[in-house]
Amino acid sequence: MFKPVQIFADWLTYSVFGLGSGTLAGGAVNFFVFDTIKIFLLLAGIIFAVSMLRTFLPPAKVREIILKKSRFSGHLWAAALGIITPFCTCSAIPLFLGFVQTGIPLGVTFSFLVASPMINEVALIMLFGMFGFKIAALYALSGYVIAVVSGLIIGRLGLEHLLEGFDQSKRIKNAVFGTEMSWGERSAFAVEYTKDILKTVWPYVLIGIGIGAWIHGYVPENFLARWAGADKWYAVPLATLVGIPLYSNAAGVIPLVSALTEKGVAMGTTLAFMMAVTGLSLPEFLILRRVMKLKLLFVFFGIVGAGIVFTGFLFNFVMR
Amino acid sequence: MKKIQILGMGCAKCNSLYAAAEAAAKELGLEYEMEKISDIEKITEMGVMMTPAIAVNGEVKFAGRVPSAESLKKMLSEAK
Repeated sequence: MFKPVQIFADWLTYSVFGLGSGTLAGGAVNFFVFDTIKIFLLLAGIIFAVSMLRTFLPPAKVREIILKKSRFSGHLWAAALGIITPFCTCSAIPLFLGFVQTGIPLGVTFSFLVASPMINEVALIMLFGMFGFKIAALYALSGYVIAVVSGLIIGRLGLEHLLEGFDQSKRIKNAVFGTEMSWGERSAFAVEYTKDILKTVWPYVLIGIGIGAWIHGYVPENFLARWAGADKWYAVPLATLVGIPLYSNAAGVIPLVSALTEKGVAMGTTLAFMMAVTGLSLPEFLILRRVMKLKLLFVFFGIVGAGIVFTGFLFNFVMR
Repeated sequence: MKKIQILGMGCAKCNSLYAAAEAAAKELGLEYEMEKISDIEKITEMGVMMTPAIAVNGEVKFAGRVPSAESLKKMLSEAK
């Protein structure tokens, strides 16, 4: 599918820039050109398609669907719908309240809240582009399981008393869907959204792929295995911790991580790191603090964090 | 008199929606009044789950996006 891109990258590197095909610089430049074009094509195409789909599933409709489900399938649906609902910290609170106040159980709401940022289209596209289908699918699947399971656990713990900052006796009945959109408006929305995302992520993508290309070309094979190989127990928890402050920069982090994996970082460690980057974010933490007590936030972070670390170990063990 | 309400807790998009709505209302020569609603209780009470949102006289018209100038004008001229 990306053959023409490879041909173009080869032509640019070897004919235009005149770099030798066996040289380190040639390899790094070729890698950079090919990956950059490939990633931007994927991002533009897939984000457009996903945002088209989104115009049919506004959060109010998502809520209706979840409300009709029984408790267990509610978790399954909430996590699935979380994947296609965009998550931005500026909308997190109205979404959260909109769920809880219409009577969606707290645990089910958390399933949604975990899946939405963790399994987002940018992260998936980048993973697919840099690691291939299998890893992207593994990431999505384990993220989904973590979302469902952490929601189930939080639901079981009965922590509703730890919500605060809003009137819990108030129940919202009617949902506002907004004005029905025409096809023209849908595609205009999708174009706008795609432009927005590309505008925010492009510098990170370029920097990420740039550093990745350098590592790819200049760092010896298996250089990192000594410190971050599958047999190092501390690698997974450490990667998870390091990932927390890197929130929302999945676009820049993934190319980097892909290069590191090539040099010997174990796959489970990489996955755990990625999940921590997308799923555990400090801005989200601060925003959610306005509607829940610190204790609930720590429970939430703790459970999701434990799930991520567990997944990391599991993959390191299985894929060794 | 149309009361144009912008719902949002102060993110960048809320501000751009505010500006776009005001520009549209001016262009139409409407008699209008702008109002910012940033109280989360009020926002959820109005049934909005995605900010920014825009309402006219208490009725939510768009939520979760900044509509184009054209659809804003169309909506504002049709709104009661």
